[in-house]
Amino acid sequence: MLQTIPTDWVWGLIGGLLIGLGGAVYLLGNGRIMGASGIIGGLVDGSGRAAWKERTVFLAGVVLLPILLTPFYREVDTHATSNVAVLIAAGLCVGIGTRLANGCTSGHGVCGISRLSLRGIVATVFYIIAGGLTVVFFRHLLGVI
Amino acid sequence: MQRLILAFIAGGLFGAGLFISGMTDTAKVQGWLDVFGNWDPTLAFVMGGAIIPMAVAWMFTKGRQPVVGGEFPAPADPKLGRNLVVGSVLFGAGWGLAGLCPGPAVASLSYGGWPHWVFFAAMLAGMAIAPAVRTSLDTAVPAE
Repeated sequence: MLQTIPTDWVWGLIGGLLIGLGGAVYLLGNGRIMGASGIIGGLVDGSGRAAWKERTVFLAGVVLLPILLTPFYREVDTHATSNVAVLIAAGLCVGIGTRLANGCTSGHGVCGISRLSLRGIVATVFYIIAGGLTVVFFRHLLGVI
Repeated sequence: MQRLILAFIAGGLFGAGLFISGMTDTAKVQGWLDVFGNWDPTLAFVMGGAIIPMAVAWMFTKGRQPVVGGEFPAPADPKLGRNLVVGSVLFGAGWGLAGLCPGPAVASLSYGGWPHWVFFAAMLAGMAIAPAVRTSLDTAVPAE
């Protein structure tokens, strides 16, 4: 039975538990919601200036741990597109969209859904549907991604 | 100091989780969104796994204080609003296009290569102009 479960799913679950644990530490420790777009966006537009150290240190942890883990992996391929126009358009959409909606996969998805926040649930439904339609349109109809 | 140490631990767990779960692999994210292709359910396991400790954490906030003092976040706002929907649709489109969202975009900076830096720079630019976009959106089409 166990052998039939794809390893990716197991690592997904383990990684997911770690993500949730990080969110739990941030909430119970510092009283804050672990939303990546809010933490980064607050530094970019200055709205989070008061807590800039906390935000910067958090992001340093996000960058550093993968650096420590990569040596244990034979190869790490992120399969990112090298189409610069797509990358820029995608980055702009993610940057503007997450700030307009006040949250992304971590803030609305993980932290919002786990406390049954209506905003979190609605946001998650909309970005998943939009993401799905985008992939179908640009991959299967246009063949760009 | 305690606040900074806890923030670093939280960020470290988040980064490690994103890396281990495979969520910085754009093919896995797009594979999950691509219901008409070779569907990859990994993201659902990641989401499910992340929601479990968070749900427990929210239960622990009742009648308590954060370790560093102060207060826990206010109860979830029940108001939805136009910007939540417009923003989420825009975010979803970008997420589908590149297979990256803000957390994985940061976690993958050290090993994703130049495409991740291009995406990251564009994302920061988007975040920088977002307040202006919000203002012009609210002026052009008032929310309520």
